Amino acid sequence: MALFRMPSLGADMEAGTLVEWLVKPGDVVERGRVVAVVETQKGAIEVECFEEGVVEELLVPLGRKVPVGTPLARIRAPGEPETAPAAPAVPPARAAPPASEPAGAPAPPAPAPAAAAAEPAPAAAPPAAPGPKATPAARRRALELGVPLARVRGTGPEGAITVADVEAAAGAAPAAPAAPPPPAGPAAAERIAAPAVRRGFDPVEMRKAIAAAMSRAKREIPHYYLETVVAMHRALAFLEERNRDRPPPERLLPATLLLKATARALAKTPELNGFWLEGGFRPGPGIHLGWAIALRGGGLVAPAIHDVDRLSLDALMAALRDLVQRARTGGLRSSELSDATLTVTSLGERGAEAVWPVIYPPQVAIVGFGRIVTRPWVDEEGGLVARPVVRVTLAGDHRASDGHLGSRFLAEIEDLLQRPEAL
Amino acid sequence: MSREELERVVVEILAGIAPEADFAALAGNEDLRDALDLDSMDFLNLVIGLHERLGIDIPEADYPKLFTKDGLLDYLAAKA
Repeated sequence: MALFRMPSLGADMEAGTLVEWLVKPGDVVERGRVVAVVETQKGAIEVECFEEGVVEELLVPLGRKVPVGTPLARIRAPGEPETAPAAPAVPPARAAPPASEPAGAPAPPAPAPAAAAAEPAPAAAPPAAPGPKATPAARRRALELGVPLARVRGTGPEGAITVADVEAAAGAAPAAPAAPPPPAGPAAAERIAAPAVRRGFDPVEMRKAIAAAMSRAKREIPHYYLETVVAMHRALAFLEERNRDRPPPERLLPATLLLKATARALAKTPELNGFWLEGGFRPGPGIHLGWAIALRGGGLVAPAIHDVDRLSLDALMAALRDLVQRARTGGLRSSELSDATLTVTSLGERGAEAVWPVIYPPQVAIVGFGRIVTRPWVDEEGGLVARPVVRVTLAGDHRASDGHLGSRFLAEIEDLLQRPEAL
Repeated sequence: MSREELERVVVEILAGIAPEADFAALAGNEDLRDALDLDSMDFLNLVIGLHERLGIDIPEADYPKLFTKDGLLDYLAAKA
């Protein structure tokens, strides 16, 4: 018997509110399936389950805020006999323990549920009940259009509700632009029968999450900083050539080259790719780059793109577009918020020229790219030329690495950006 | 397509990118990227939206012509 627990979606998360179940008792779940939606300081997150088996019991009612690590559901492994329902495992409300566990590591054990039965669920909270089966995109569309999913007939696989079903139910034209979030009227509330569901995020809560993570970083991590100025004429010429005959949806942004170069350089200096935990360095299980995305209305999330070193530039660009879109409209997945092994922050074409970023604990390094600007440059023959350049910075955790290694890493990024065709 | 129709299309596309954007309130020569806080991904999404809605090709080399409201609408009027 396995317990599916409230995950830790980053070092700054202490608790989350269960706002939607996407499975019901009896459903078969496979690894990676999105089984619930949890409201966090970073907005509503689709939570994946990494157990396999049959959902035996949902333990936490909708609308309940529980600390990280609290069991949310019991999952019976394949072949395991059924058991009688256990006592409810929702612990009494209490101060959430600090989320000391690493991103991506197993959640800490939940507080003992000894006194659990003493605390009745709030009268308004309905018993844990699954929502109708629907694709994540359909859920977002339903929210945008204010259509209760319970009223939509699904035509997808296993009766799942698709975007088309939602739009048909709403009588909306498929090409209609995204509507602003509807006011929290009765229709929106009815959709999942849980309070506090919304698209996007609460800027005040988001600020608290950033404050907690960054305070911890500056308190615990002895940062060192390095900078290298990298000529970008070859990389930009490569992009111009590559994008010239492509329609807009297939064009690459410079960010794809910066990310890919970072990932490839990390493969050569794995000491920068991972976590500082319990007094030691633990290498990351892959090169999963967190991409810092500024949100409208203030705030920042840095969800991960997995295995960047193994993605083609086209696949990386597609992943980037998808990630930015979902970060801004809601719909990030739990693995994306917990898996990053190093974060990259790029200020983009209107940003400052350089950034000295703060490491996101428990990661051990962060890479910053400033705006690409044209500056005087001495070329290989000693001549003075105007060149597009970018200032690349590294903040490293001095407990885990030294400036010598960091310098090699930046030199590798520089070298890779002079050979963009090899990226 | 009239300039008013083109402006409506732009406003609709921008609603999906920068929901709070008030395109109508922009001065004709204002840089939309600054005024509406569009990063390069947002701008690419605007170009993709225009490409898909109007069926026009917008080469990267032409992007600078699209940075102001007047420039954008002039460009679209000439192409669409």
